Amino acid sequence: METDVELLNRLRDGDEEAFVMLVHRYQQPMLRLARSMVPNQAVAEEAVQDTWMSVVRGIDRFQGRSSLKTWLFRILINRTRSAGSREYAVDPDRFDAQGQWADPLERWVEETEDRLDAVRWLPILKTALDDLPLRQRQVVILRDVEGLSSDEACDLLGISAGNQRILLHRGRGRLRGILEAHMGED
Amino acid sequence: MLSLRRKDIVCQQAVELVTAYLEGALSRRERRRFEFHLRACPNCSVYLEQIKMTIELSGAIEPEDLSPKARQDLTDLYRRWRSE
Repeated sequence: METDVELLNRLRDGDEEAFVMLVHRYQQPMLRLARSMVPNQAVAEEAVQDTWMSVVRGIDRFQGRSSLKTWLFRILINRTRSAGSREYAVDPDRFDAQGQWADPLERWVEETEDRLDAVRWLPILKTALDDLPLRQRQVVILRDVEGLSSDEACDLLGISAGNQRILLHRGRGRLRGILEAHMGED
Repeated sequence: MLSLRRKDIVCQQAVELVTAYLEGALSRRERRRFEFHLRACPNCSVYLEQIKMTIELSGAIEPEDLSPKARQDLTDLYRRWRSE
């Protein structure tokens, strides 16, 4: 069996098979670790996927001072913590101690209009969609872009109705938050 | 300020129910509480309106307009699903 270092070297050279072998080797231990930190499987899977993404992007930053496993787990723990805080559709900091909106929400359109200007907002939305974690992105695309029913989306993704709803909820919530953040701009 | 009844929900709970509400997945009692909150809370009404606008805007994206990355996700999904 090839050592981690050998696989890493192959991965640095762009060898996809090496990546598959690494995933095969560490996917289950990573899922178990993530699952121990967050309340549901969907969030754990998301954190593991995010970790693999950053491994691929950041492979050159791995300097071999710790073992690969330690490095992977360290990234995973950070990812899981931030995925855990994304449990909510709205950042908890937006609410006061009583759970009410700390600041009033601005309406997005005038009373006379009832929709956003697609030419201005679609590019922003598309970028935001790309930045969603994989599972959230898939659910939002299937449901809201492709217009599939929740049953169809669950079937395609092989997930439960409850999981699908959590992912949809967080995905839509994050998209809303990003649109909101751009609202003040001209 | 409104005084809270025991069963009333606050904004932070209401926003977490929005998707289940839109999906028709709330129990009758939960839905009543949610709608009761919404009637009294302009901010959460705006929030629900913004979520609906977000959904509508997503619906305006043409699937062939998605980024190559997002399109690839979809193709992979369909392929895996068909091979099962």
